[in-house]
Amino acid sequence: MPTYKITVNGKPQSIDVASDTPLLWVLRDHLNLVGTKFGCGIAQCGACTVHIDGNAVRSCSLPISSIEEKEITTIEGLSENGDHPVQLAWKEVDVPQCGYCQAGQIMTATAFLSRNPNPDEMEIKSAMHGNICRCAAYTRIHKAVALAASKSSSSKS
Amino acid sequence: MSTSKIAFNRRDFIRTSSLVGGGILIGFNLFTACKPKIKPPVDISKLNFNDFNAFIKIADNGMVTIFAPNPEIGQGVKTAMPMLIAEELDVAWKNVYVQQGILDTENYTRQLAGGSQSIRLGWEPLRHTGATARQMLVNAAAARWGVDPSTCTTSEGVITNGKGETLGYGDVVRDASFLEVPEKVTLKNHKDFKIIGTDAPNVDLDKIVTGKPLFGLDYKVDGMVYAAVVRPPAFGQKLASFDDTEARAMPGVIDVITIGEKARALTSGESNNWTVALANSDKVVVIAKTTWEAMKAKEAIKANWIEETPLESTEYQDQQLLGLLDGNKFETLRKDGDINSAFSQADMILERTYESPFLPHNCMEPMNYFANVTSEKIHLVGPVQTPEFAATAVAGMLGRDVKDVHLEMTRMGGGFGRRLYGDFVYEAAEISNVIKKPVKLIYTREDDMTAGTYRPAIKYRIKAAVKDGEVTAYHLKEAAINGNMYGLIPNFFPAGAIANYQVDVANYKSNITTGAWRAPYTNFLAFAEQSFFDELAETMEVDPIQLRIDLLQNVKGTTDERIEYSPERLENVINVAVEKSGWGRKGAGTYQGFAAYYCHNSHVAEVADVEIENGIPVVKKVTCVVDCGVVVNPLGAINQIEGGVIDGVGHAMYGDLEFSDGIPNSNNYDSYRLIRMREVPVVETHMIESDIAPTGLGEPTLPPAGAAVANALKAATGNRFTAQPFLKFPELMNVSEKTIKG
Repeated sequence: MPTYKITVNGKPQSIDVASDTPLLWVLRDHLNLVGTKFGCGIAQCGACTVHIDGNAVRSCSLPISSIEEKEITTIEGLSENGDHPVQLAWKEVDVPQCGYCQAGQIMTATAFLSRNPNPDEMEIKSAMHGNICRCAAYTRIHKAVALAASKSSSSKS
Repeated sequence: MSTSKIAFNRRDFIRTSSLVGGGILIGFNLFTACKPKIKPPVDISKLNFNDFNAFIKIADNGMVTIFAPNPEIGQGVKTAMPMLIAEELDVAWKNVYVQQGILDTENYTRQLAGGSQSIRLGWEPLRHTGATARQMLVNAAAARWGVDPSTCTTSEGVITNGKGETLGYGDVVRDASFLEVPEKVTLKNHKDFKIIGTDAPNVDLDKIVTGKPLFGLDYKVDGMVYAAVVRPPAFGQKLASFDDTEARAMPGVIDVITIGEKARALTSGESNNWTVALANSDKVVVIAKTTWEAMKAKEAIKANWIEETPLESTEYQDQQLLGLLDGNKFETLRKDGDINSAFSQADMILERTYESPFLPHNCMEPMNYFANVTSEKIHLVGPVQTPEFAATAVAGMLGRDVKDVHLEMTRMGGGFGRRLYGDFVYEAAEISNVIKKPVKLIYTREDDMTAGTYRPAIKYRIKAAVKDGEVTAYHLKEAAINGNMYGLIPNFFPAGAIANYQVDVANYKSNITTGAWRAPYTNFLAFAEQSFFDELAETMEVDPIQLRIDLLQNVKGTTDERIEYSPERLENVINVAVEKSGWGRKGAGTYQGFAAYYCHNSHVAEVADVEIENGIPVVKKVTCVVDCGVVVNPLGAINQIEGGVIDGVGHAMYGDLEFSDGIPNSNNYDSYRLIRMREVPVVETHMIESDIAPTGLGEPTLPPAGAAVANALKAATGNRFTAQPFLKFPELMNVSEKTIKG
């Protein structure tokens, strides 16, 4: 089996897996980073969202062989102490019900806000449309994204 | 203050013991709290300390740990149930640590999440337990001071005597652990609540937002292998033969085995209760070193299937159900007066048929389970809503003593009824029993959607008679698959409101497995009934809301004990919904629809606002008014209410699982549509302030949502939707075919 060298949350890792192994299962089974969730396996639900070079991607459909030198960030590496503004907003709003999809929601929201720090309502809705929340905690997901945006923009001004 | 009404001997309800290393452990029984309508055991004295399933631990430093007994599926009981204990214990919520209880034979009794009953049934015993613990601590402090306990007060974990001296709970726990359990305790007045009624965030919030292992899928032990299961593609098929040559040669594959015999023995003789999906067939299991290797090798299994029972398609099922509605093979669940004579004397008769599809549960965390069966022990870990049932069933299935079973519950990535069924637990246990290794069984999304225990397709036919402007008869007929409405559902509104009233049910047995789905039966019955009342009002040329209110007057003062809903509380939520939604006062361009419903012991009214955007009706807002008695945790309650409403709107609009020759037509989210962010309406929630004992919120806001939307769509388009999902009927929406695929 080939060996792949990847960087996850700033740490270099060396993995021996088949070339078609999705990043999701490398993270979960090989690196014990289980915060990234399996939902559908076909990039339709967003539960497995991670960042690659700061962009939100669906790790369930991304073969390990396609990653090369890029920087991978998972929910575990988003912040040192769980204090990323989006994580703080998620806590302030008390978003989760079952909580299973929330890591993916947070990873989508953080990548989106880093590109668009002052989104309007429709931009938030469109950005988060790809992430399913089966408990339908959508109202609070929207509220938390808007809150994180307003906090980071007010701290800059 | 009120005296607690625990119906059985308090000494046997609560036991205490001192802990090695200091502190006190208080054990109590929650069988009443966790199973709807269950009677306490006849001889409670035969229970011993080990039978207690819930515990409060108070450490020497005063920190309180509450072992939350009920499985958490996202409905918030892991937060709300401990709040009830902490309130009466009189400790600061910030000093309380909540831990998921473990189910094993050492501390074992009923634990179940289902039917929105956890808070309703736990209200008395949980507060009673907290109050008992508090009283023992007070008694210990009073003894040390040599004062009468009644002169002592408590606040946030500190006991104060008449002289103003104080002792912390931690200072007296050791003394308290040697005291008798008090015979009498008093509960707080509602106005003195400090924790109940305040916002408590989800207790697992930190772990959720940082991705800590919490869920069944996250559980791992050394030496664990992974299993993926090949099940028959069609309901009605059975494994004939298979070729695993290619799969065995694939990387990471450890073994290929078959299972099924033991689970079959478990369910033989039972109809579709506690069913095992596709149980009649053997299943092929690939065991591999990693999840991906197991999933991939599963695809390489070449299996041949034979038809054991007829393969059903949606058209066939529709014909069967319509045939039942047209036929006369009904069981009568409630009969008041004489509907036939009322129909024969009627000025006007309205009859309508309402139709719903099968629905999969689609929990975001696919079914999965860990099992490690050894000669000493059966270790089970994972997300299941019925841990006690699963433990007993696995022991029976493997011919073992239930005392060998050690079951740990994990947080669950959604339940919605799917995890009431333990089919995945039995599969995992049977696999581990064969391979003699710790194993994690994991469903792909396709497995999860195609081997379900679905909400069955149901059709309702409702017929009403009107004479002299009054509704004189109401006849509800249900044709369903594998079972019918149960419990008190036939006695929900409008039972008691119409003199001649009858509920008839019929079903046919399908080989497609079905089961409870969030708000069983009422999730669609509410749509049928609340759509029908709008149609009836239109035919009678009366105001639809006034019609409902007029009917409720007939129920006031009823002595019929089967009538569980309160006409006063239902009328109140209707009136508040009218006021808060701006009913009838909205400007042009907003079309409103109304629905009110009682189920799961809570009263709910909803108003949907629809607007036309680009020629398409869009649900913009739902105003939801809920009377669920005392609101224990408003922050969690609003989350449940909003989620229930949006879930109800989403499934009414999009939810659809059809079958072709026994095979579900959808198997993943590219072919099955769930509501997503852009389609979500604003939900405005109003909760009725109340001193009445609380009732659940996991389910009751979902059922009326579909009807409120259908009634609003009628206002917007002039078209009546009598079948779900609504987007299946683009001609009624005036939208093009293209839009449906979304």
